[in-house]
Amino acid sequence: MAEYSALSLLANAFKGNKDWKPAWRKPDPKASYDVIIIGGGGHGLATAYYLAKEHGITNVAVLEKGWLGSGNVGRNTTAVRSNYLLPANTRFYEHSMKLWENLSHELNYNVMFSQRGCLNLAHTPAQFDDYARRGNAMRHLGVDAELMTPAEIKRLIPALDISSDARFPVVGGLMQRRAGTARHDAVAWGYARGADRRGVDIVENCEVTGFLRDGDRVTGVTTSRGDIRAKKVAVAVAGSTGRVMQLAGVETMPIESHVLQAFVTESLKPFIDTVVTFGMGHFYMSQSDKGGLVYGGDIDGYNSYAQRGNLPIVDEVMSEMLALFPGLARVRMLRSWGGVCDMSMDGSPIITMGPLPGMYLNCGWCYGGFKATPASGWCFAWTIAKDQPHDFNAPFTLDRFHRGLVIDDKGQGANPRLH
Amino acid sequence: MLITCPYCGPRDVIEFTYQGDGNRERPDPASQNFEAWNAYVYDRLNPAGDHNEIWQHSGGCRAHLRVVRNTLTHEISSVAFVRGDHSSAARRKAEDKP
Repeated sequence: MAEYSALSLLANAFKGNKDWKPAWRKPDPKASYDVIIIGGGGHGLATAYYLAKEHGITNVAVLEKGWLGSGNVGRNTTAVRSNYLLPANTRFYEHSMKLWENLSHELNYNVMFSQRGCLNLAHTPAQFDDYARRGNAMRHLGVDAELMTPAEIKRLIPALDISSDARFPVVGGLMQRRAGTARHDAVAWGYARGADRRGVDIVENCEVTGFLRDGDRVTGVTTSRGDIRAKKVAVAVAGSTGRVMQLAGVETMPIESHVLQAFVTESLKPFIDTVVTFGMGHFYMSQSDKGGLVYGGDIDGYNSYAQRGNLPIVDEVMSEMLALFPGLARVRMLRSWGGVCDMSMDGSPIITMGPLPGMYLNCGWCYGGFKATPASGWCFAWTIAKDQPHDFNAPFTLDRFHRGLVIDDKGQGANPRLH
Repeated sequence: MLITCPYCGPRDVIEFTYQGDGNRERPDPASQNFEAWNAYVYDRLNPAGDHNEIWQHSGGCRAHLRVVRNTLTHEISSVAFVRGDHSSAARRKAEDKP
């Protein structure tokens, strides 16, 4: 599958770049498949790729209502990390991190994974103690974590105001060096090409309008391009989970859809070479390879399917940015956008069989789905192929709420807007 | 986004605190109906369209309000006091408003 190499790039350059094959075909949907995956975002495409590669299931269709990668995989702030407190989360996201570390080679597609580190700033001694606890929990499970002093942080991020008269003085930080960023669009395109070359049909502009049923059992979907039958129907639609599940007659879910805004500034010279998060509010920032500062904060905080936000959060995010980096006061914001996040009741995802027979569900990523893309696809493919979860996603069932086994990393309770 | 408080008039959303889904029905505190409690705590309708929700005018008169807001357009079609509206029949009425 190695279509991209130094030699092929050179050869095609001399031929005017006219001989490249499209990264994926544009097939019409067949009448039936072994597996249908609803949702052509990162998680759906990764699932298709691992179904084909790891389990040899290639009679698969990925149905995308818009164009490929037009949802959250093209709308996030590209950060990748595995710095969690609870073991179920740490194991899952660390599996993802290990897949990220080899992803460009695996896909023969440069996803521009950059292990520039992710630093969480602490602004009170209590918060620093809390980060020490989290760092210890991570290291117990073999994940890298280190505490940093203000002087070390200042050397890493010279623009940061660490003086004692800063509005929120920095007392230390928790660094995961292996964390970083990846090129989000390339992740979608790389998985799409990998799945396509193994025989998966990626069907764009194909909106699912309902489910075919045989009694309780889901046997396929109705779409804007006709009915398609399948032995197994997998749902990976992130923010639209509520809507799609209602089409299947599932009226309520432990999910609320909220909008998360993100922002990018005009291009600057190298300013910050890590991902930094602010501990006194909710703010995170990194610099893209083009030079723009990419940053965001909290969700807007009320149910929304609108892929745009409201001004109060814009104001709040800018204030937090200036509290950390007063020097950015005159940098212009280039654009902002919003993505719909399906916030679960404990802040952790759901990768599960069901809730109907013949159906498989992947949702509840809150606003942390991008970093999970490889492991989400890998675990979801395992679950679909074997009709049982892998150890990595066994705790992330839909019925964990019912059974009282929530995975609440932030300890916020069943209050989605606070996760 | 502006919310028109029945006491204070139209005010910016920053004066309000979102208190969540207004469709949830809290079981009787003495109830030992596990399913009802589970549904109250975890299950949500999460509609794409008109949503019945509770907001508090925390930066103003501090009244709790029942707001019907479209989750696709942020358009608000009704605002009423929650007080005196505790029966489930009244809730459904609020939901059914055009």
